[in-house]
Amino acid sequence: MRVKLTVQKFDPEQDVKPHNRDYFVEAGRETTVLAALMKIKAEIDGTLTFRASCRAAICGSCPMQINGSQKLACRTSIFEELEHHQKISVGPMANMPVIKDMVVQMDPFWEKIRAVTPYVISSDDGERPIPTEALKTIQTDLENADACIMCGACLSACNSFEASDQFLGPAALAKAIRFQVDPRDEQHDTRLNALQESNGIWDCVRCVSCVQVCPKDVQPMEQIVRLRRRSIEKGLTDSVGARHITKFVKIVGEEGRLNEARLPIMMTWGSLKKMLRIIPLGIKMLLHGKAPITPHKVPDVHEIQAIFKRKQESKR
Amino acid sequence: MKYAYYPGCAAKGAAPELHQATMKVVQKLGIEIKELMAFNCCGAGVITEADPDLAYTLNARTLATAEKDHLDIMTVCGTCQGVLGGINKKLQGDDALRARINVALKESTGLEYHGTVEVKHLQWILVKDFGIDALKTFISHPLTDLSIAPFYGCYILRPSSTSRFDDWENPVSLEKLIQAIGAHPVPYDGRTKCCGFPVFLEKEKIALSMVGERIGEAKEKGGDAMVTPCPLCHMSLDIYQERAEKNRQREKGFTEKLDMPILHLPQLLGLAMGFTPDELGMKRHLSPTGSFIDKIESQN
Ligand code: SF4
Ligand code: SF4
Ligand code: FES
Repeated sequence: MRVKLTVQKFDPEQDVKPHNRDYFVEAGRETTVLAALMKIKAEIDGTLTFRASCRAAICGSCPMQINGSQKLACRTSIFEELEHHQKISVGPMANMPVIKDMVVQMDPFWEKIRAVTPYVISSDDGERPIPTEALKTIQTDLENADACIMCGACLSACNSFEASDQFLGPAALAKAIRFQVDPRDEQHDTRLNALQESNGIWDCVRCVSCVQVCPKDVQPMEQIVRLRRRSIEKGLTDSVGARHITKFVKIVGEEGRLNEARLPIMMTWGSLKKMLRIIPLGIKMLLHGKAPITPHKVPDVHEIQAIFKRKQESKR
Repeated sequence: MKYAYYPGCAAKGAAPELHQATMKVVQKLGIEIKELMAFNCCGAGVITEADPDLAYTLNARTLATAEKDHLDIMTVCGTCQGVLGGINKKLQGDDALRARINVALKESTGLEYHGTVEVKHLQWILVKDFGIDALKTFISHPLTDLSIAPFYGCYILRPSSTSRFDDWENPVSLEKLIQAIGAHPVPYDGRTKCCGFPVFLEKEKIALSMVGERIGEAKEKGGDAMVTPCPLCHMSLDIYQERAEKNRQREKGFTEKLDMPILHLPQLLGLAMGFTPDELGMKRHLSPTGSFIDKIESQN
C-alpha cells in the first residue's frame, strides 16, 4: 500500500522555521515508521535526518513525535497509526532544541540523569562479599524502574518540564528510585533529602504523560509517587508537597470529604509568605460563594472514619 | 437511563455551580439520577500517593453503595472520573486485590464490592448513552458563531490503560458536544495538558505558567470561552486567571488581557438549552463572563 508521511523538516543552518514535507512510500502490514523513514532517506530524500540504531526498541535512539505524541519510530506500526489517526505525521520530540529534522539536543536529558548521581555510592573497594541475599529482592523492589532505555520520550512529554526546564523530570527521578532500593548504596537518606529540593519530586504535577508515552512501561510518575511516599515514611514531612498529602489524608479521615478551605491553611501553616498568597484568593472565593467554610456534613461519616481507623491500626 | 450520581467534593464545596448546572441539565434531559448522599472523597490521587489500599477501600465503598442499587455511577469531575473509574477497573480486573480490599471494606462498613458497576463521566454519558442526536433536540438556543476551546485536563484521558473512552492522543467527545450545541470547537495543543492545579500551593510559578499557556493558546486560536469537564481545572483556569495574566505579562512580555470565560461542561450545555447564566451559577466565577454572555444574548 502506498502511504503518505507528513514529516517536519528543519535545518537551522538554512531554514528560518520548520516546514512540513509529504513523502509517499510503499508500506506493508509490518512496516514501522522507522523503516518508512529509512526508505525515504534511501530513495527520495537523502537529507532526511533522524537517529536510529537497534531497530528493536532497545537502544532508545529513535523517539520522535508521531501523530502528536512521543513514540519509538522502530516500534510504531504504520498500519496501526493509520487505523488510529487516518494519517501519519512525524516530527522531532517536543520541548527539546532541534539540531536537524528529527534529531534533538539530548543534553538537558543527560544533565538531569547526571544530577541524580546515577551510580552506587559505597565505601566498599571490592573487598566485601557481594550481599547476594539482600540483592535478591532488588528486582521486585525496582518495580520496572530499571527497564529504562534512556530514550527521553517521557521528558519531552512532561508537562512540568515544559513549564519549568529545571525540573529533574520523569526519567531521572525514576532512576533515583534505583538507588533507594539498592542495598549496597550508602547514601539513601542524603539522596532522598536532595530530592525534596526545588526541581525535585514535589515539582511533578502528576499529568500522567510520562506513564503514557514510556515505551518500556517504567511508569516514571508512579516511581515519583513511591519516592514521595518513602519521603513521608522517613519523616521528611515539612515540605508543602508532603503536607499536601498528609493533611489531605487527615481531613478526609475526619470529615469524609476534602474541605477546600481547610487544606490550604493546613498546608501553608507556618509560612507567612505562602499564607499571604492564599488569603486574598480565599477572600475573593468567599465573596463569590466558592469558599466552603462550613465543613461537609456527610451522613454515615463513621463508616469512612472506620476505614481510616482500621488502616491506622493495621499499620501499627 | 438512571445513574448513581457522585458529585465529588468540589461540586459540593468550592464549585457548587457545577452541581447546580448538572442538576438543571440532567433534569431537562430526563436523565434520572440518585445522588450518593453519603459519598466520600475519591482521594484525588493524593490519598493513593499516601496509601494505595486506603484509596482503594474508600472508592470501593462508593462503588459498593451504587452496586446495592444496581446502578452505574455518573461523575461530573474529570479527576473523580480518573481516580474512581481507574480504581474500579483495577478492582474489576484483579480478583485477589478485590478480595483483599473487601476484607477491609466489610470490616469497617459491612459493605462488599463485586465489581459490577461502571463509572462514567457526564461527558461520556451524553456522547454514548444519551447520544448526540438526542441531545441536539434539546438545544433551543444554539451558540452559533461562537468558538469554544475544549479543555480535557489529565485524568479523564490518562492513563489510557484504565480510561478508554476517548483516544488520549486525539480525544473527540468534547468537540462533539461543542458541535452539538452549534458552536465551533477550537483546535489547540493545550487541550490535553495539565492545568497546574496539583501544585498551586507548592509551586505557584509552575502552575501559573501552565494556566497562562493554556488560556493564552486557546485565546490565540480564537476561543471565546473554554469548557472543561473537571472542576479542578476550572478552579485553576478561573480562580488563578488574573494572577496567570500578570505572570504572563511579567515573564513573557505579553500585553493583552486573558479575559477568558471558563465554563463547566453542564454550564455550556445549559446555556444552549436556554437556562440563564444565573440559573447555572455563573455569577460564582472569578474570571469575567460578561462579554461572553452578551455575545450569547445578542444571538438569541
Ligand atoms: S507525571 Fe510528573 S514527571 Fe510525569 S510527565 Fe507529568 S509532570 Fe512530568
Ligand atoms: S522512562 Fe521510559 S520514556 Fe523515559 S527515558 Fe526511560 S524508557 Fe524512555
Ligand atoms: S532504533 Fe533503537 S530504540 Fe528504536
